[in-house]
Amino acid sequence: MEHHLPVLLIITPLVAAPLCVLVRQRLAVFGLSLTVCWATFAMAIMLLVRVLDSGEITYQLGGWSAPWGIEYRIDTLSAFVMLFVSGIGAIVLTFAPHSIAREIREDQHYLFFAEYLLCLTGLLGIAITGDLFNLFVFLEISSLSAYALISLGAREGVQQTRRALIAAFHYLVMGTIGATFILIGIGLLYMMTGTLNMADMAERLRAEVQINRKLMDVNETRTVLVAFAFLSVGISLKMALFPLHMWLPNAYTYAPSVVTAFLAATATKVSVYVLLRLIFTIVGASFAFEKLPLDTELMVLSLIGIVVASTTAIFQTNIKRMLAYSSVAQIGYIALGISFASLDGLTGAIVHLFNHALIKGGLFLAMGCLVLRLGSAELDDLRGIGRRMPWTMFAWVVGGLGLIGVPVTAGFISKWYLISAALERGWWPVALLVLLSSLLALVYVWRVVEAAYFQDSPEQHAEVTEAPAAMLIPTYVLIGATVFFGLWTSLSAGVAQQAAQLLLEVTP
Amino acid sequence: MKEILGLYNYWVVIFLMMTGFYIVIARRNLIKKVIGLSIFQISVFLLYITMGKVTGGTAPILPAKHFTTGEDFQTFSNPLPSVLILTAIVVGVATTALALALIVRIHEEYGTIEEDEILEQDREP
Amino acid sequence: MNPETTIKLALALPLATAATTVFLGERQRNLRESFTLFGAVALFLVIAMLAPAVTSGARPAATLLEMIPGLAIAFEVEPLGMLFAMVASGLWIVTTCYSIGYMRAHHENHQTRFFVCFAVAIFAAVGAAMAANMFTLFVFYEVLTLSTYPLVTHHGTEAARKGGRTYLGILLFTSVAFLLLAVVWTWTIAGTLDFRPGGILAGKADNTVLCALLGLYVFGTGKAALMPFHRWLPAAMVAPTPVSALLHAVAVVKVGVFTVMKVAVYIFGIDLLRTTGISVWLMYVAGATILLASLVALTKDNLKARLAYSTISQLSYIVLGAMLANSWGVIGGSMHIAMHAVGKITLFFCAGAIYVTAHKTEISDMRGIGRTMPLTTFAFLLGSLSVIGLPPFGGSWSKWYLALGAAEAYQWPLVAVLMISSLLNIAYLIPIVVRGFFFAPVDGPEKPKIKEAPMLCVVPLCVTAVGGLALFFFAGRIYELLTPIAQLSGN
Repeated sequence: MEHHLPVLLIITPLVAAPLCVLVRQRLAVFGLSLTVCWATFAMAIMLLVRVLDSGEITYQLGGWSAPWGIEYRIDTLSAFVMLFVSGIGAIVLTFAPHSIAREIREDQHYLFFAEYLLCLTGLLGIAITGDLFNLFVFLEISSLSAYALISLGAREGVQQTRRALIAAFHYLVMGTIGATFILIGIGLLYMMTGTLNMADMAERLRAEVQINRKLMDVNETRTVLVAFAFLSVGISLKMALFPLHMWLPNAYTYAPSVVTAFLAATATKVSVYVLLRLIFTIVGASFAFEKLPLDTELMVLSLIGIVVASTTAIFQTNIKRMLAYSSVAQIGYIALGISFASLDGLTGAIVHLFNHALIKGGLFLAMGCLVLRLGSAELDDLRGIGRRMPWTMFAWVVGGLGLIGVPVTAGFISKWYLISAALERGWWPVALLVLLSSLLALVYVWRVVEAAYFQDSPEQHAEVTEAPAAMLIPTYVLIGATVFFGLWTSLSAGVAQQAAQLLLEVTP
Repeated sequence: MKEILGLYNYWVVIFLMMTGFYIVIARRNLIKKVIGLSIFQISVFLLYITMGKVTGGTAPILPAKHFTTGEDFQTFSNPLPSVLILTAIVVGVATTALALALIVRIHEEYGTIEEDEILEQDREP
Repeated sequence: MNPETTIKLALALPLATAATTVFLGERQRNLRESFTLFGAVALFLVIAMLAPAVTSGARPAATLLEMIPGLAIAFEVEPLGMLFAMVASGLWIVTTCYSIGYMRAHHENHQTRFFVCFAVAIFAAVGAAMAANMFTLFVFYEVLTLSTYPLVTHHGTEAARKGGRTYLGILLFTSVAFLLLAVVWTWTIAGTLDFRPGGILAGKADNTVLCALLGLYVFGTGKAALMPFHRWLPAAMVAPTPVSALLHAVAVVKVGVFTVMKVAVYIFGIDLLRTTGISVWLMYVAGATILLASLVALTKDNLKARLAYSTISQLSYIVLGAMLANSWGVIGGSMHIAMHAVGKITLFFCAGAIYVTAHKTEISDMRGIGRTMPLTTFAFLLGSLSVIGLPPFGGSWSKWYLALGAAEAYQWPLVAVLMISSLLNIAYLIPIVVRGFFFAPVDGPEKPKIKEAPMLCVVPLCVTAVGGLALFFFAGRIYELLTPIAQLSGN
């Protein structure tokens, strides 16, 4: 049983999803999904413990050996990503019942749970697989279910919510283009190496080949360069790296709060994981950073993205949209960390995957509480809410402090690593830009704080009460985690550093 | 010259890819966008399938005896890309189905499937 | 009790007080107040237990946790931190008594939130005082900013919100853009952030880098109110007076100048500063702040605003002492932390007492106040004399040492600045007292009845007023405490 843990992790939510569609009864479906999600989280914890103890785990699907069969490979980075994806999946699902009762049509609830489990399967599969085409399949599983999840935000009778449909459609078009680019990249790489197994491909890329009577390494051929280009653009689109982020604001704003919380915390992070695998495991850091100027490109795009997205966030009146733009900026931080290609930079990027997942997950759950009581996420409707819903707003403020990067929150840890990495190279303008963006975050967080605590409630919201405990507890678990991992970092930063070290050592 | 004519499969792929991409961007009717997206994905399918062909290779099916001479075939085309493409086709079908379902719902809510009219309706407060 | 436990207890006490206050809430007001008072007294005693060890040369230490691999939240008590911690905890007792009287007499709302944030602010101040490395100091510095924000915006009015915005804006801007950059830069250059005698930067970088770094540190410490990042202090005057007393005497501003002093002595090292001369330009910035702030104080009619600018000026004395980079300067500056704290808190207590009893905020309305509130006005006189720096008040010692330090560094313009500033201090403080005693009241009868503020307000301000006098005689002890730091300079 222990030996089959990797495949169990994927199969459990995968099989539970169609079961949900068959069972249909709301309460039973919720019970099933909740059990499955927490079981998946437990399995992810067990895998991480095993990987930290004894190193990389390999599992061959169906007993077929690599490179002919599909292989699951779990190293420190994969286990780390799977840990927080499954953890957030479980916590957000525990939060879900009241929230989806308010935001999704009742006869569609069983579909919500089914899609949620499918999305979770897809995301976990991306992190666990060692086969490139398998990665594409799981990527599409998670993306398609994400499109469907977002469109569930459209409720009949409430006209405003119909925008979820067009948001989902735009995300579908852009996401599919991105995925197809990735498919092209995979195809071209297969053409040149003859394998789809990531580890095998890495070796074969360094073999020599004769083209037009010239001897060169496979990874010097134009085909591989083009493949890499397609792959990185496709991944950047999935990751919402500026300027390929256009799908994100609408998708996050109009989706149901639970869906936004789950996707904001996991989907883009897993795409970053794919980028890390591509750069460090498949093509190698020397190819990406020395032969090609990927580090400069990533740095420039991420810095512009951070500044532009943070500034745009300041002017938003819908808080969910503001947090969406904030997410684009935070992805910029992660990409910036990768572009340093140093131990500190990479540690900062990986730990920020974790920290941002906690912070944004917690913030969107708090938004879910607010939407439950207020029916809207507009700044105007939030006036004076600090007095009527003190616990919810306090959670939001702590999350906001995490976005700014105040010490004692997890956001500070990530910022420290990023700034250290920048100053190590002597690039103090980059460090200064990172610090100034914290101040931009301060401006948009404080807009909400001032509205919530210093202004009077509008008429129609004078009687709102605090959110139910069933929703507050999961919110506080995530927000509490941002403070916890701001103080005790051996699980977050320690593991991230191990993962970063492994990536840098093994990379060709 | 041999290069250009010999690589005609790739030219077809590129032509379809760009056509599909152009339709997605330029056309405002949602169904047409989906058609463009499909064409874009199909071009990639063709890329994979054509890459599987090995010069002088026959279909990868066993047993493989030549029809007239009765000898065994030694060279086969690569079966893997075709298999990969079946998976990708399924993904493409699912995507198209989901997109069309979304369009049906959009039509229910907005009464139109022209993108500019939809955006117009959304712009109104 | 071993030193490590004492340190951890000293940190836990204010937090425990905050937690108890939250639980007791509005319903158990008297119990809540007693717990706060008990916590304050206990804290002072616990910190006092560390004093004998520190004066004899020991350095009690404790480590809490490693926040970033290689950087720990660690504590080490040395003379400067010892002095600051005692000032902070001692004055917390007095301020708590005063706050109870003030908040009740004024029927203020949100009193629980007030006392909780107070306790957390003291926790941050004590943590900063005992910090063993710059990282710990930075963390507690930021916690202090955030915990005092609800105190500054206590009244919840539009004016409070605006004041809070300026407060948070300037303090977070300077600490994030300058101080954090300086801290990480030091970490990159020196490989450590520990406070060490003689500093950690000797020979690690060239003079231009060190000069820029020092500038980032000093301007990054916005709480030291060096111009042009001083506007947060007058803006914070929207807070209730106990908060202003806390901000201006006990916690916030003193953490600022304490940070500057620690950076000068333990990160750069006095010798490094003197031999490279990188602190000279900052001496003059401090000197300019001293003069300009005193001049602005002269123009202010609002008593709290005048006291705010007076504080900005007095803080730059301490910054000047640190930047002079010689033993007299360091001793004078460090001593001034204690002297100014006691003197200024008296002045603010008086201002609050006048507001609560006579409902007056403008100095021009305070003519004849000495007839209704003689005790308060007399205390104000004592506090003013301490701030001005006349014997037999404690402030005279610190100013004397600062002047000696300026002279030793051959900075004659700065000696002049110190002299002129004392004259300006007289000019903006003494007339208040004179008008209070010798002029007829603006409104009301010629010889009104005496009506002092509530007991809980009057007793503390008398205590601190006399304290300023007592410190004159205690200065010797403080001098002995501080000599080890000064000896690090090799003078």
